[in-house]
Amino acid sequence: MMQNTSRLALLASTALLALPLQAQAEQSDITVALQLEPPHLDPTSAAAGAIDSVLYANVFEGLTRFASDGAVIPGLSKSWDISEDGLTYTFMLNEGVTFHDGSTMDAEDVKFSLDRARGEDSANAQKALFAGITDVTVLDPLTVQVTLEAPNGSFLFNMAWGDAVIVAPESVANIKTAPIGTGAFKFENWVQGDQITLSRNEAYWGTPAALTDVTFKFISDPTAAFAAMMAEDIDAFVGFPTPEALPQFEADPRFQVIIGSSEGETILSTNNMMPPLDDRRVRKAIAHAIDRSAIIDGAMFGLGTPIGTHFAPHNPDYVDLTGLSQYDPELSKKLLAEAGFADGFTTTLKLPPPSYARRGGEIIAAQLRAVGIETEISNLEWAQWLEQVFRGKDYGLTIVSHTEPFDIGIYARPDYYFQYNNPQFQQIMDTLNRATLPAERKALLKVAQTIIAEDYVNGYLFQLAFHTVAKAGVEGLWENAPTQATDLTAVRWSD
Amino acid sequence: MSLSRNILIGGLLCLIVVSTALLSFVWTPYDITTMDIPNKLQTPSATHWFGTDHFGRDIFSMIMVGARTSLAVALVAVGIGMGLGVPLGLWAAARQGGWADELIMRGNDLIFAFPSLVIAILITAILGPGALNAILAIGIFNVPVFARLTRAGALPLWQRDFILAARVAGKSRALISVEHILPNVANLLIVQGTIQFSLGILAEAGLSYVGLGAQPPTPSWGRMLADAQTMVSFAPHLALIPGLAIISAVLGLNLLGDGLRDWLDPKIRVVRT
Repeated sequence: MMQNTSRLALLASTALLALPLQAQAEQSDITVALQLEPPHLDPTSAAAGAIDSVLYANVFEGLTRFASDGAVIPGLSKSWDISEDGLTYTFMLNEGVTFHDGSTMDAEDVKFSLDRARGEDSANAQKALFAGITDVTVLDPLTVQVTLEAPNGSFLFNMAWGDAVIVAPESVANIKTAPIGTGAFKFENWVQGDQITLSRNEAYWGTPAALTDVTFKFISDPTAAFAAMMAEDIDAFVGFPTPEALPQFEADPRFQVIIGSSEGETILSTNNMMPPLDDRRVRKAIAHAIDRSAIIDGAMFGLGTPIGTHFAPHNPDYVDLTGLSQYDPELSKKLLAEAGFADGFTTTLKLPPPSYARRGGEIIAAQLRAVGIETEISNLEWAQWLEQVFRGKDYGLTIVSHTEPFDIGIYARPDYYFQYNNPQFQQIMDTLNRATLPAERKALLKVAQTIIAEDYVNGYLFQLAFHTVAKAGVEGLWENAPTQATDLTAVRWSD
Repeated sequence: MSLSRNILIGGLLCLIVVSTALLSFVWTPYDITTMDIPNKLQTPSATHWFGTDHFGRDIFSMIMVGARTSLAVALVAVGIGMGLGVPLGLWAAARQGGWADELIMRGNDLIFAFPSLVIAILITAILGPGALNAILAIGIFNVPVFARLTRAGALPLWQRDFILAARVAGKSRALISVEHILPNVANLLIVQGTIQFSLGILAEAGLSYVGLGAQPPTPSWGRMLADAQTMVSFAPHLALIPGLAIISAVLGLNLLGDGLRDWLDPKIRVVRT
């Protein structure tokens, strides 16, 4: 017994000695919390944005990449030439790029990645990004040529998506559990249901990261998120779930709150095939029954920008069409009467878990009730929502934020869950995909935005704000979310 | 004989809850579906006695209508439990040791083997969330409670002389159960009913809290608590008020149940007088 006590005392004294030494070293690790955990770790075979939230820019890189302001900048390819006819892209790759397993990244890997993504049996969630590619040719180990079927003004943009990152044929078999990329961080470990750890890639080809160790923690419960941040168990929460808690963090000198814009168009998605919602007048009536400012104040505590079409307001090609669907309950009632629903009707409103949907749904239900439209609210978990609404198309109305950048093209897909089928719009999207001149693209985008706004395909609510809470000493986090990403390559602790 | 303090306090609390619920049918200070977002999250004041919630709705009005939801769910659920459980218990006792007794009591054991809230979640998950399904779920796990209690209360009665006399007189077991057994176990049932009623209110609040009870816009105390969860740190009244409402209803019913047991139990009454 005596021996045990003295051993304990010895242990305690060594621990005391070690403590000041540790505190002196500059902090080089970070724990970042996210709300959603990835289902697996292959960004090239799933639509789940949570995968990119962890891996984009940190572990995986593409030929081009998004900067924090949404601009497309060089990635693994340091420069490129575009032929006169806009059909051939020649990418010059950076020298000395290696994968985390030590193998060299060269033109063969680029060809492999692009061919894999556009192949017949590809599991890529965004195959449309690669649809125009007819051929990928290796000119030499550092030069690769991509030939397109038709000029595509957004090709470089497409190559910046997380779905277009470069992977190696040697390691792709295990990518879902052991992702091997070229980024500034290497994947270390994944404790499912809890965390993913990354460590600095010492052989990185570009500017090395300041942080040595990164832990992504997954905290889905908003109350737990608040508690973890307040207790400083985590260093940052990217995409903090409850806007109402932000003023408390702002008032606390230990924390900083970063509020930026996201690519999330939050919309009242409408089943365009389900009567009476297939009637444009009914959809227009719904649009005029909605008071956006009440929704932004009530559900998001004032954070969010009203939108009138499916387009991000910070995009230079955005057209403000909120005037087409101004809050006007009287007009709304008149339109309903014209459509033969003077006494209103009843439809379903299926809500996924985020607070913008659950709270926004209650507000919209109250606003629709005021013009005579009754909604049966049912709250669904994400899996149920994907099953019933997104795949099953068994819904009248739902609220969801579309977080993919520049995704107006989904309106050209009649089989998409809101089932909007307008050949004129599909024609315009087709022309847009071939257009390369900025002025021409701008004009086409304006027409496209106007068509869906005038058809009242969905109720356009607001652009989701993107909020991050971090400890005061954290620098270099992205302010905006131009794509789903938590780029930690430039993050450091200030002194 | 004077009523005990338990009955008085419990009865008073229950009276407040019940009268609030009844009053809400004809009058609430504000319409509970009207949102007034500019006036959200107000603290209690003269205009809004309990303040307003995150949509600017009047919390006092929501508590009133919420009382209605809670009472209705608990009342019907206890009704289901008694309506099915008591006849089953009487039947089992009348045929003690027979196949009916075995079947009923083993069936009860089966339901008892599952944690009640887990059954409720299972039922609402299969049938979909909503007040009706919550009633059904809570009602089902009330059945074995009443069945067991009735059987336990009835078994010793079957050995009593007055029952033997009735049997000798040629009355059927079913008739004896209704005419003689039931009145003699009624005290037990009333007391247990009050307790189950309070458990029903708790269960409804619990189911609503996890989103399986009454769906919006129908107010429910449990959902008010759930909505308040992320705002507790800066608007504590949002959680305190529905919490206090649940406490007063449950405490009131428990005190009333305790008091009634003491009052109705002949053994204790004899000692007291």
